[in-house]
Amino acid sequence: MNCIVIDDEKMARVIIKTLCDQIKSINLVEEFSCAIQAIKYLNENKIDLIFLDIHMPNFNGLDFIKTLKDPPKIIFITSDPQFAIEAFSYYFIVDYLLKPIEFARFEKAVKKAERQLFVQNQLDQDKEPAFKNDFYVNIDRRLIKIDLSSIYLIEAKGDYINIKTDDKNYVVHSTLKKIKEKLPDSLFLKVHRSFIINVKKIIDIEDNSVLLKKDVIPVSRSNRAELMKRLDLL
Amino acid sequence: MEQPNLNYINQLARGDDSIKKTLLDVIKTEFPQEIKDYYKSIETKDFKKIEENVHRIKHKFSILGLEKSYEKANEFEYHLREQQFNLKEQQNFNKILITISEYLQTI
Repeated sequence: MNCIVIDDEKMARVIIKTLCDQIKSINLVEEFSCAIQAIKYLNENKIDLIFLDIHMPNFNGLDFIKTLKDPPKIIFITSDPQFAIEAFSYYFIVDYLLKPIEFARFEKAVKKAERQLFVQNQLDQDKEPAFKNDFYVNIDRRLIKIDLSSIYLIEAKGDYINIKTDDKNYVVHSTLKKIKEKLPDSLFLKVHRSFIINVKKIIDIEDNSVLLKKDVIPVSRSNRAELMKRLDLL
Repeated sequence: MEQPNLNYINQLARGDDSIKKTLLDVIKTEFPQEIKDYYKSIETKDFKKIEENVHRIKHKFSILGLEKSYEKANEFEYHLREQQFNLKEQQNFNKILITISEYLQTI
């Protein structure tokens, strides 16, 4: 877990460094005496956790967190208990430590941050990447927009793919693998090494084939279970 | 009057003399400068600056185990924030600064 400390007092920064050195899972990569310097750093570097003082001249810790667009986890380190309620109104605040910080309390806060980061990473992984509703294909030097929902079938044909939509077919120089990356898994399924189908457009399924419009598409044995899982069977 | 101690610093250093030395070196360097800044703000009667300096210095009180002095510093700081300058509080605060300065020369 990469972290930084922001505190105008050198002694406080040295104490945080000493405490961090005693925990293997955290890596204190930078320290700042001024929050404004830290903003510049955060724009260019990915950080998991900030140890942040509240009382700092010119630009305090609470002003600082309001400037963060994609805030990492934050542990406040302060002498003032009176800002705790305001601090915890921000979802990314993990803990609020009062100086002087004892090791056991510090370790507890770091573990809390690690747990929250773990859960957040799990949620991010589970999230399907955001797909757009359409994409563009290059045909004869023209970029043509294709609506994802209009596609019912994509067939591989050598170095080309044939994208079949409700009203037109488009032959594009590409591969099934490439186009699959642009399609949401919730809608499209590769049922055969040469075919990707839109599962919402299936008319019927018989043995090892599916019917979409007038096309009968083979379903390979290895993909049949996944296809059946996608169907809302009565 | 309570006396400073190194309990917290020893606890942090966990028997590592080099860590202890680093911590003491920082406190010995930073504290005199903070005192200078504090007296300068007293001279100019800049309440905001005095408050900021008291706030920074009081952390050293807690590091050196001066719990009661820390509480007094908190009250002094609070009153400064309210624009109330209490001479007695300031005198008490100054006494603690002298105690710490003397102590730092012995370690």
